[in-house]
Amino acid sequence: MSASVLFDAPGPRARLRNNILTLLSVVVLASAAYYVYARFDTKGQWEGEIWKPFLDASTWTEYIIPGLLGTLKAAGLSAVCALIFGAIFGLARLSDHRWVRTIAGAVVETFRAIPLLLLIFFLFFLAPSVFGGGDYTLIALVAGLTLYNGSVLAEIVRAGVWAVPSGQAEAAQAIGLRKSQMMLLVLLPQAVTAMMPAIVSQLVVLLKDTALGYIIAYADLLNMGFKVLPAVYFGSLIPAAIVIGVIYIGLNMSLSALATRLERRTRRSHRTAAGPIVPPGAVGEPEAVGTLT
Amino acid sequence: MDDLIKYAPDLLAGFLDNVKLSLICGVFALILGTILVSMRVAPTPVLRGAGTLYVNIVRNTPLTLVLAFSSLGLSDTIGLTFSETPSTNSFWLVVLGLSAYTATFVCEALRAGINTVPIGQAEAARAIGLTFLQSLRMIILPQAFRTVVAPLGSVMIAMIKNTTVAIAGGYLMESAFVMRDTFDDTGVSIPIFIGLVIAFMLVTLPVGFVTSRLASRLAVAR
Repeated sequence: MSASVLFDAPGPRARLRNNILTLLSVVVLASAAYYVYARFDTKGQWEGEIWKPFLDASTWTEYIIPGLLGTLKAAGLSAVCALIFGAIFGLARLSDHRWVRTIAGAVVETFRAIPLLLLIFFLFFLAPSVFGGGDYTLIALVAGLTLYNGSVLAEIVRAGVWAVPSGQAEAAQAIGLRKSQMMLLVLLPQAVTAMMPAIVSQLVVLLKDTALGYIIAYADLLNMGFKVLPAVYFGSLIPAAIVIGVIYIGLNMSLSALATRLERRTRRSHRTAAGPIVPPGAVGEPEAVGTLT
Repeated sequence: MDDLIKYAPDLLAGFLDNVKLSLICGVFALILGTILVSMRVAPTPVLRGAGTLYVNIVRNTPLTLVLAFSSLGLSDTIGLTFSETPSTNSFWLVVLGLSAYTATFVCEALRAGINTVPIGQAEAARAIGLTFLQSLRMIILPQAFRTVVAPLGSVMIAMIKNTTVAIAGGYLMESAFVMRDTFDDTGVSIPIFIGLVIAFMLVTLPVGFVTSRLASRLAVAR
């Protein structure tokens, strides 16, 4: 970010122009911010009264923390299941048997293409008719998240194994390792290092998608904070949205920061012959390339 | 199967709403994303900071919260209304939320694209005296767009799938809501689910196919 090549080191005239541009953008952004502030103010959204519940310990212990735990529970369960699903189907797609590859490929491609909410709704309505009555919100949410994210993770696993240079597999065969030994001893250890950043980025997606539980009334952070809490403290809707928004953003940004750190480490690592892979359908890692911006 | 045939008109109308949402949001997201990426590479630190702040905040917020906030927060509490008709109002609120959300991913894709443009291109543009906006518009962005056609295709596919979350923004006409409504009436129906999934695939698969074809045709030869 420091030395952009998109513009010259400014001379006197360019400095003047930049200063004017800075001034203009400050004015525009500040007036936009003020407009939002004023609009919120006329509706009384900055009154201490509606923000006060967030100073009470009981608001946190009764609504926000149980909600957060619900979100983390759903995210944790689905992350574990999705990693298992991803490992199984990713390796199945690399199988030497054509029928295994085909079936795994069909499963993975199908679940990646289904809109996640449709899948969750379907599982949510399917569960009672198969297993009888009960509360299936968590199960539907976790199953949906597992099938979707597990399919994406399967693609990451496949890409990770492919990213290991073919010389590694050839060398493993040359010293007489069996297929499973080659995979376990040579390819996977290197692939996992290459996959780590992509896996963590996918976990950010998973964590964000747990909020879909709100729609099927699973007691997650969004539900407790945005539906239950404003119903108890009337008028606190906007403060509640801001508080839980900050929690989500904090969680996701720290996970993303971890992904970036892992990526840097993979790039430097001597433990793998493969570079970090880009998850399927993801938007590269701008920071990592870093030339123009 | 009977359920699918019986409810097909409702489901189709719902699905066409998803398509309509996708088209409108796609246009807005591309425009807003291009503006955001221009801000993020601008010579003015204030603009860069504002762009980065926006992208980091919106991208890390769950779409469900973004849409629920547009509906319950912006519209019901603050009084931002697009129309007197509730369904039209919530349609545009969903457009607002989904475009604002998708634009951050468009911005990040384009920024990755800008990073692939060789430094020499920017230097040559400066050497012939182009200003920042000129070099961005005539030299950098055209090449950046061409290298990220495939990632942009993925962003658009994700957005098409995300139109089903419109339900969180109080828009109760698109296919996910119709499907839930139908399941409420008749119980779960596998043909209806499969029918809708196929409908989505009929839209997303061609988008993926066309963008990957375009990507290889438009690739900048270097």
